[in-house]
Amino acid sequence: MAKKTSAKGLILDPIFNNNPIALQILGICSALAVTTKLDKSLTMSVAVIFVAAFGSAGVALIRHRIPSSIRIIVQMTIIASLVILVEQFLKAFNYGLSKELSVFVGLIITNCIIMGRAEGFAMQNTVRDSFLDGIGNGLGYSLILIVVGAIRELFGSGTLLNITILPKGEEGWYEPNGLMLLSPSAFFIIGIFIWGLRTWKTDQVEEA
Amino acid sequence: MEFLSYQFRNFLNEAFVENLALTYFLGMCTFLAVSKNVKTALGLGVAVIVVQAITVPVNNLILRNILIPLQLDYLGLICYIGVIAAMVQLLEMTLDKFFPALYNQLGIFLPLITVNCAILGGTLFMATDDLNFMSSIRYGIASGFGWAVAIAALAGIREKMKYSDIPPGLRGLGITFMIVGLMALGFLAFSGIEP
Repeated sequence: MAKKTSAKGLILDPIFNNNPIALQILGICSALAVTTKLDKSLTMSVAVIFVAAFGSAGVALIRHRIPSSIRIIVQMTIIASLVILVEQFLKAFNYGLSKELSVFVGLIITNCIIMGRAEGFAMQNTVRDSFLDGIGNGLGYSLILIVVGAIRELFGSGTLLNITILPKGEEGWYEPNGLMLLSPSAFFIIGIFIWGLRTWKTDQVEEA
Repeated sequence: MEFLSYQFRNFLNEAFVENLALTYFLGMCTFLAVSKNVKTALGLGVAVIVVQAITVPVNNLILRNILIPLQLDYLGLICYIGVIAAMVQLLEMTLDKFFPALYNQLGIFLPLITVNCAILGGTLFMATDDLNFMSSIRYGIASGFGWAVAIAALAGIREKMKYSDIPPGLRGLGITFMIVGLMALGFLAFSGIEP
């Protein structure tokens, strides 16, 4: 990871080769909970990219001044301030959506992707690299969120972004699959996604 | 008596029906990473119960007595996370001194309790549901307990997985997701229970 310093590598690497969700097991909590609808997933993705990028940049900016014993608290404070910004912004401009996301906007603070990148990457690298690394990891996270969100909304409610794709009810033919809106389906979809990714890139297979 | 049975019913409801791990997907990162053997999982489960039982009531006091009277509730997130980080630091030092074996086993995951979404999630649910102080103590213990039960059960299943022949791409993380999905299905059965 650390060897690649080109901007393109920093952004693209976390998407497939080092995906934060599929390979590093980070940030799964919110990935599962907000993916019942595509619009929720998209909002969450944008929020996470924003916080990851600026959080990493902020940590990198003061990395030489942070005493290592209290670094977690310092990183937390930087991240928490950014999340409060996002939360207040959402409440002001899309109150309905912020109600639906409920506690999960606040939980971006404890999203391990952001903490993990701040701790593992931004503490050793320059502001620019950390910023790009944040965007890259945010994108890797968004990819899974959007795929899972799209599958669950399409098969669970027959819509995408609230536009009907598979007509249901009196005139339609589609019988919505209620399981898709419940929690277990998210696990299955991500499990299958990981399976696919690892069959494609066999070097990610774990020795069990 | 009335009071006790009320607390008990809510305890069961919060521990099983509203299970933090399997219904709200909170604390998943540690849930998946530390569930490789039962002993470590139990240790972490106990740590989560303790941290949860302390931080939820403390955050409840802060919210009710400081933030709401001063109309600073938008600063809640920073305060909660501060309390949690401090509590985890304390727990870490205590464990290091008195239970070094457990401390070494938990390793990196102990500081990661700070970023365990289950802990912050518990506090945030407490704030959204507007629980009173007594209820917040109960909620802290119940939600931690539910999480601990879930991780211990998952670790038990994963220990048995050594004997199964899994397709290469599914090994490790992939199959774990499937198991957790099935467990979540099982826990859905609790949702019929009236609190």
